[in-house]
Amino acid sequence: MSTRTVTYALGTTGIAPGGEPVRVPLGAAAGAGPELGGEHLLLNIGPQHPATHGVLRLVVELDGETVVRCIPHVGYLHSGFEKLGEYRFYNQIIPLTDRTDYLAPMSNNVAVALAVEKLMGIEITPRCTVLRVIACEMSRIISHLVWLGTTGIDLGAFTPFLWAFQQRERIYDLQEMWTGARLTTSLTRVGGLMADIPEGFTAGLREFVRTFPRTLVELDRVLTRNAIWVGRTQGVGVMTAAEATNWSLSGPMLRASGVPIDVRKDQPYLGYETYDFAVPVGEHGDVYDRYLVRLEELHQSTRILEQALDRLPDGPINVTDPRVILPPKSRAMSDMEAMIFHFKQVMEGVSAPVGEAYLGIEGPKGELGNYFVSDGGAKPVRWRIRPPAFINLAALPKMAEGHVLSDLIAINASVDIVMGEVDR
Amino acid sequence: MNPSVAAVRATFGSAIGRAVELCGDTIVYVDPARLADVLRWLRDTPGHAYDYLVDITAVEYRDRERPLEVVYFLRALARATDLRVKVELDPAGDLAVDSVVSLWAGANWLEREVYDMFGVTFRGHPDLRRILMWETYAEGFPLRKDFPLRGRFSRAEQVHQALNANPEAHYSLEELSLAEVQQDLPPDMVERLRRGERGAVPNSE
Amino acid sequence: MGKHEVTGIASPNWLTTRADALFDRVKQWLDPAVNWSRANSLWPMPFGTACCAIEFMAAAASRFDFARFGMERQAFSPRQADVLICAGRLPFKLAPVIRRIYDQMPQPKWVISMGACASTGGIFDNYAMVQGIDTVVPVDVYVPGCPPRPEGLLYGVLLLHKKIKGESLVTPGLREEHPLDERGLRLPPATIDEISEPFGNSLHQFRSA
Repeated sequence: MSTRTVTYALGTTGIAPGGEPVRVPLGAAAGAGPELGGEHLLLNIGPQHPATHGVLRLVVELDGETVVRCIPHVGYLHSGFEKLGEYRFYNQIIPLTDRTDYLAPMSNNVAVALAVEKLMGIEITPRCTVLRVIACEMSRIISHLVWLGTTGIDLGAFTPFLWAFQQRERIYDLQEMWTGARLTTSLTRVGGLMADIPEGFTAGLREFVRTFPRTLVELDRVLTRNAIWVGRTQGVGVMTAAEATNWSLSGPMLRASGVPIDVRKDQPYLGYETYDFAVPVGEHGDVYDRYLVRLEELHQSTRILEQALDRLPDGPINVTDPRVILPPKSRAMSDMEAMIFHFKQVMEGVSAPVGEAYLGIEGPKGELGNYFVSDGGAKPVRWRIRPPAFINLAALPKMAEGHVLSDLIAINASVDIVMGEVDR
Repeated sequence: MNPSVAAVRATFGSAIGRAVELCGDTIVYVDPARLADVLRWLRDTPGHAYDYLVDITAVEYRDRERPLEVVYFLRALARATDLRVKVELDPAGDLAVDSVVSLWAGANWLEREVYDMFGVTFRGHPDLRRILMWETYAEGFPLRKDFPLRGRFSRAEQVHQALNANPEAHYSLEELSLAEVQQDLPPDMVERLRRGERGAVPNSE
Repeated sequence: MGKHEVTGIASPNWLTTRADALFDRVKQWLDPAVNWSRANSLWPMPFGTACCAIEFMAAAASRFDFARFGMERQAFSPRQADVLICAGRLPFKLAPVIRRIYDQMPQPKWVISMGACASTGGIFDNYAMVQGIDTVVPVDVYVPGCPPRPEGLLYGVLLLHKKIKGESLVTPGLREEHPLDERGLRLPPATIDEISEPFGNSLHQFRSA
């Protein structure tokens, strides 16, 4: 749409050539600083606020309605995951991962399991591979549905929230059928999964895949050409392709700016190169493009789910290496060797060789990576989560300064943050 | 082994240390003094063009003899190739390394987090302050190996410190200077801030 | 005629007899009415931090819908809220925030601690996490779970209804504000340390720390 020109008549000492307001350091002599004279308002948004999508705090300096400066404060949900990981066996880290990005827990589980398996040099079974693809795409769908619902609420559309959460409940039912939990799934184990899909899961998922596109059509009809939606999102929060690359954005944020990068296509894992799906790439890098990218990703995820269901092979879900996977309980009770393996794994954990590994997957929010460093023991020396939401959020001041306050809310919503991952 | 290693070794010679390949990834060790130059070369040289910074983090080993490593994960988007660059610092000494915010803007918050969790100072960083813990956090740097899992203070003391952290703990200097104008802070705090000092929790152990 | 339960005056006289009769009437007629209206229109202040907040949102959405239990309007301003639902883990950085929000709520107010992390610190027994929000704010109902199912939260809300219906206007000090002491703590330090102790013998099992 159109560009917006903001002129600063009062308050700052001017606009620097880069287009940003001139910042005066604190050490400058008194009187040489900006003649603020009470013209600018320092507004604190959050950390408890319905529109910050979690415990994010934004301190904004306002010139009337215009955001002159926006300083995000994070860390209000810092839970010490990485420190905890150093005191847990690799399989004990899996339940921790449900709580980082709690909107898409199964993708976190898969990401950590893949990184540990890369470190240990384990190759998972074909059935496990396809099931993990199903888990990742289900997670992408529920994450984008939350994003759509909450962004709608932020911009004044309440109904999409209810529709989105209704569809989420269907995926939650499937997750509960599979893992026993709606949200904290802890699906994967090193070398496999916690359990195979039960009877009725494929039928339920097929039914979901068949009917979900109708909801997407409804959402599209309500939002995409809605004058209010378009007016509030087009031209807002623009990041060019070069800026998006330099700010290390990833996921829909990066693709909406026109950079056609998707980890599933560029550095594939779990056999994604064999699936037929498209990756939506935007043009303008504004909030509206991010919305279109995520809406299209929902369609594409449904396509992938259908293909995965069609190709789901039979076979075991776990590797057969008894040093990595617990033997079945019946064997552990009857066979001495199996009992010893069971005992060693539970009491001493599974050791990783000395070394390190990083593996990034295309999570719903961007590139979700896990970096493990091992000194040969059963607990990692270092577990680092490469948090896409944290890195995407860092660009918020860049995107928001110069816009008005209501645009700030829209831009914040478009970043799709989840504070559990931002703060870890 | 990523061919960029040989190329950068040809250009920088002794500033490049050993290079290893682990789990299919290439890791190259660089002299901390030349880090910014090496990374700039890697970003700007055609044919290598590591235009995307994936992550920055640090690793401290349980073995106290081993150095503390600051790890840079680089990616050349056009070639879908990764490279991991590490610098080694003495864990018992002064942990400082040059900031790469001028090369990749995404490094800003990543370096702040490494500072917050490990205490590594990034020279030239525009705004190096804690990001995950509050700014006057007094217990130390959490991800260091000598920092206990449950922290150094007792739980009651941690609650006390958290609840009594004054407004200074929760605002950056920029914001406080604005608040100064609006007279939100007591005069002695204003005076201390003008001198550039940050405060501590009153009555803490 | 025993000791007057409110004023504690032992010897009955004309005034205490009248006061007794009045309080009995209040207990018989006014209390049920007031408690019924309070319990059935508890407007929640959703202090949602983490995963439990998502289950809270699911409880608010169409499938479980706690609007049918009176929690029709989520009050995002504490000044207009009745019950503070802390849904999610509370790190130390967030502790002063929840305390301030609690202080901003007018009486009568209640607190529901939703989830294991809000109740006891959950799986996060480390340097960053408050080991239970009851070290910071007084809690009325604890809802266990990680996260609790929406039905679990609804059960917790119903328990709170029951608790409210058992309250009385004449109970002295029930609706009194208890500000923090001069050290800024709600409980004595020894109590905070005791309730924050690691669970069971987890420190003595070498599998975890």
